[in-house]
Amino acid sequence: MSRLTLFTFQILVAVITLVLWYLLTSVPVSGGKPLFPPFFFSNPVDVIERIIKWFADGTIWRHLWITLSEATLAFVIGAVGGILVGFWFARQPRVAAVFDPYVKMINALPRIVLAPIFTLWFGLGIWSKVALGVTLVFFIVFFNVYQGIKEVSPTVLANARMLGMNERQLMRHVYWPSALSWVFSSLHTSVGFAVVGAVVGEYLGSAAGLDYLILQAEGTFDIAGVFAGMFVLAAFVIVIDGVVTLVERRLLVWRPTAADTRT
Amino acid sequence: MADEVAEAEAAARANVAPAVVLSDVTIAFHLVGGSTYTAVEQASLTVADGEFVSIVGPTGCGKSTLLNVAAGLLAPSAGTAEIFGKPLAGLNRQSGYLFQAEALFPWKTAIDNVAIALETGGVGRQEAHARAQEWLTRVGLGAFGGRYPHMLSGGQRKRVGLAQVLIRDPKILLMDEPFGPLDAQTRQIMGNLLLDLWNADRKAVMFVTHDLEEAIALSDRVVIMSAGPAARIIGDWRVPLSRPRDISEVRLEKAFHELHREICHVLKDEVLKGYAQTGGG
Repeated sequence: MSRLTLFTFQILVAVITLVLWYLLTSVPVSGGKPLFPPFFFSNPVDVIERIIKWFADGTIWRHLWITLSEATLAFVIGAVGGILVGFWFARQPRVAAVFDPYVKMINALPRIVLAPIFTLWFGLGIWSKVALGVTLVFFIVFFNVYQGIKEVSPTVLANARMLGMNERQLMRHVYWPSALSWVFSSLHTSVGFAVVGAVVGEYLGSAAGLDYLILQAEGTFDIAGVFAGMFVLAAFVIVIDGVVTLVERRLLVWRPTAADTRT
Repeated sequence: MADEVAEAEAAARANVAPAVVLSDVTIAFHLVGGSTYTAVEQASLTVADGEFVSIVGPTGCGKSTLLNVAAGLLAPSAGTAEIFGKPLAGLNRQSGYLFQAEALFPWKTAIDNVAIALETGGVGRQEAHARAQEWLTRVGLGAFGGRYPHMLSGGQRKRVGLAQVLIRDPKILLMDEPFGPLDAQTRQIMGNLLLDLWNADRKAVMFVTHDLEEAIALSDRVVIMSAGPAARIIGDWRVPLSRPRDISEVRLEKAFHELHREICHVLKDEVLKGYAQTGGG
């Protein structure tokens, strides 16, 4: 399938869905009412109007900005923490052995139970959401760094030592790139979880943010508002994922893709 | 044969300090459960400076283990290793090691892989790169410096590995079945490349292989190890072929065949013994 045909089909799916949605919620069937009552399902015209209104009067930008800052902060803090602790544990097996059961315990804990505590500690502002995101991102990055250092090929390591690398050079030229490649390969997951942390945190109590918008609409049975918020959130996540893909391509050029592997 | 060994040892002794002297080296590993596995038992081997020695033996006989002792990657359980007359402590800084498995840094381009071998020793980045480019050209990869290892073929990766090791100008070259995974044609090309580079600057070489023909074609001396466990050195032959050689032509010479037949006879018994011990695996 050529790119153009593929794109046409992809667009077609969206168009058919929207048309079906519109027809089901606005064309009266027996009894003079549509099959799906608009009160529960809204309709695409209202939703698009709402999105346009949000962007036109500019209310959406503040909420987008809040959610983006929460996710970004959660990712940066979680990633830096995960990298530092991952390196520390991987290079100090005794420390890792001591902390191992606790790491497993915290990782097994559903992070959402921490949300009320974070709200108590950090209030309704962005920091309680950042904290929730950090607990999610940290473990993904941590496990990947740890694995990345442990899984350095023994031959590559022996070669590095035979080439005269000291401990610092081993860190820089062997452990660091290996760990980083693992972190980057899990970038989609960890960035996704940073967004999840922000959104779930907002849902459980907030004063601003994309999910705050959705929550407000839900509270007043404003279904068009709920759907509009969902679409903006979905578009937001797709944009972030696209940026991650770009970063990944730039940073992992050395890694073979399935298509160009040669032996 | 005994005369030849004595002669080799005399020659080595005359040259004040041989590159590598392994005396009664025993290597044992502690296994889970408390038992020990003796890989190599009381192996003694002398490699003179500038001498090309191949170590041949059946699979799993501990050839690579012996090489790791010479490299300082592994400490022997008993016996000593001396490098140019000095007991080896820690890594052997005067040696370069070409590994059997993939050993290039996959996150570095070919030229960076070669240059890093100099940069670790404090050579500046620019100079290291200039010299790395020279070495890549010498191994026939002048135009491939910007490629990452996964974009190179197996033979090309071995060439980069060779450049990476030789750019440091080690006095001793340790090679662990370096051309093992390559196809027959590429092996010959790589063998000739190795001989050309070695002829230009003769270093002591310990070359481990299970391919007797390759060993005879390349070396000054061929050492045979018995089947493991507790492998020993059971034979030492001087190769009566002139240099410089071409690997594919040298195989047609009569002396090559005679030596091959002689060694093969000894080796065959060992291979069979090895099979019997490992259950044919």
